[in-house]
Amino acid sequence: MKHILTINKANLKKTAAKGGCGKCQASCQSACKTSCTVANQKCEK
Amino acid sequence: MIHKYKLNGLNIVLDVHSGGVHLVDELTYDILDNVEPPFADECPEKVVEKLSRFYAPEDINSCYKEVVELYNDGILFSEDDYERFAKYSVAAPVKAMCLLVEQDCNLRCEYCFASTGDYGLGKRMHMDFETGKKAMDFLLENSGDRENLELDFFGGEPLMNWDVVKQLVEYGRSKEAEYGKRFRFTITTNGMLLDEEKMDFINKEMSNVVMSVDGRKCVNDRVRKRVDGTGCYDRIMDKYKQLAEKRNYENYYVRGTFTKYNLDFAEDVVHLYNEGFDQISVEPVVAEPTMGYALTERDLPAIFSEYEKLANIILEHDKQGKHFNFFHFMLDLDQGPCAIKRLRGCGSGNEYVAITPEGDIYPCHQFVGYDEYKMGNLNDGSFNMEMKNDFAKAHIYTKEECKKCWAKFYCSGGCNANNFIYAGNILNSYKLACEMQKKRLECAIMIKAAKALEEVEKNAE
Repeated sequence: MKHILTINKANLKKTAAKGGCGKCQASCQSACKTSCTVANQKCEK
Repeated sequence: MIHKYKLNGLNIVLDVHSGGVHLVDELTYDILDNVEPPFADECPEKVVEKLSRFYAPEDINSCYKEVVELYNDGILFSEDDYERFAKYSVAAPVKAMCLLVEQDCNLRCEYCFASTGDYGLGKRMHMDFETGKKAMDFLLENSGDRENLELDFFGGEPLMNWDVVKQLVEYGRSKEAEYGKRFRFTITTNGMLLDEEKMDFINKEMSNVVMSVDGRKCVNDRVRKRVDGTGCYDRIMDKYKQLAEKRNYENYYVRGTFTKYNLDFAEDVVHLYNEGFDQISVEPVVAEPTMGYALTERDLPAIFSEYEKLANIILEHDKQGKHFNFFHFMLDLDQGPCAIKRLRGCGSGNEYVAITPEGDIYPCHQFVGYDEYKMGNLNDGSFNMEMKNDFAKAHIYTKEECKKCWAKFYCSGGCNANNFIYAGNILNSYKLACEMQKKRLECAIMIKAAKALEEVEKNAE
């Protein structure tokens, strides 16, 4: 493309149908404890 | 819904519902103000006419086609069809626990949300082994099919009750095979009581360790004080270095708080990096606006500018091969959490609870001391399932402000405790935190975009 550079390949929608297994870390257990930082967690499926 | 912004010379477009991130030229940036689905095959004449004052019509048309192509690929102007998944946000097993093994502290940090250890309850307490054991049994029994159980030793200062920490780790390990589960222990410490024995135990048993320090000595010591009023920096820094080194600088954070006193907090992040740490978190203080150190809306321009500065520092360091993680800028655009996790948020009160030395159950450590949010007690076996369900339903589609926010899949509805304490209800948004979160997200995406562009340019050479 000449005008647009897409920098990621993921599509959140594809993760919705098979998501929610709950294996991942609860977000507040990592470092924050005073804020909610979900998007930096890893999928552990 | 899209969110577009300019930062660091880049034009960035986030497609909110697919998570697609695009770097665009000026023409695309402008055209996106003028078009939206449903799309015709050709660019509408009035758009061409409007933009042809600045761009060539053939460029406008070719740009329009690219926009339509991305729309057809589902990564631009993608629809919000997640609400149906929100129904999964109920009745999740409890899988994570914050154990307040010590409701006392050997520091008197000015901004402590736990009121320097006692959570405003006026009594300083230790958790005994029996209560800790009950807490772990509660987690084992209520975790359903979850195999990974998280238990954070928290306080106050957990090292003040070290024998119980060790006993509980041993107890937890002894139950893993029986229940077919694995404990991930973590600990958050102020470092004052660290010694070789504790370090070795932590490094053997804890999957993550959070070491509290605010950055530069002058910044740290102004607010992180011992009981006698002197700062703690000199006592803890060498211990932290030793602890991190002993665990090969893996799975740890040095974690600080910035306040109105250090709006130049990027300097503190750099300081921690220069002291040898590469996993760094420095987070905004959460406090009543009347406190001298509290951040308020008037501080936002300075905070935004500092986050931008920090983002640039990270990029510059990266170019020199000096890598470090800043926790609040960490973002995985390709393999981050699934959309369901992002709907649910942190899971407090539903998947995650906090336990006090008296065996009281709260939705998380920050709710401790708020009677109306006491969920139950381990000694009488009570556990308020109605409240658990209320927390399960506190997701981005029940939070009105979040529903329409472009950042909703990254902060996932924000911190329920902050929402309650500073905005009156877990479903309300705590605006100050939202504004900072959005800025951090813009910076984090910009860092990813800048690196992606650099890669493309390198490959083109």
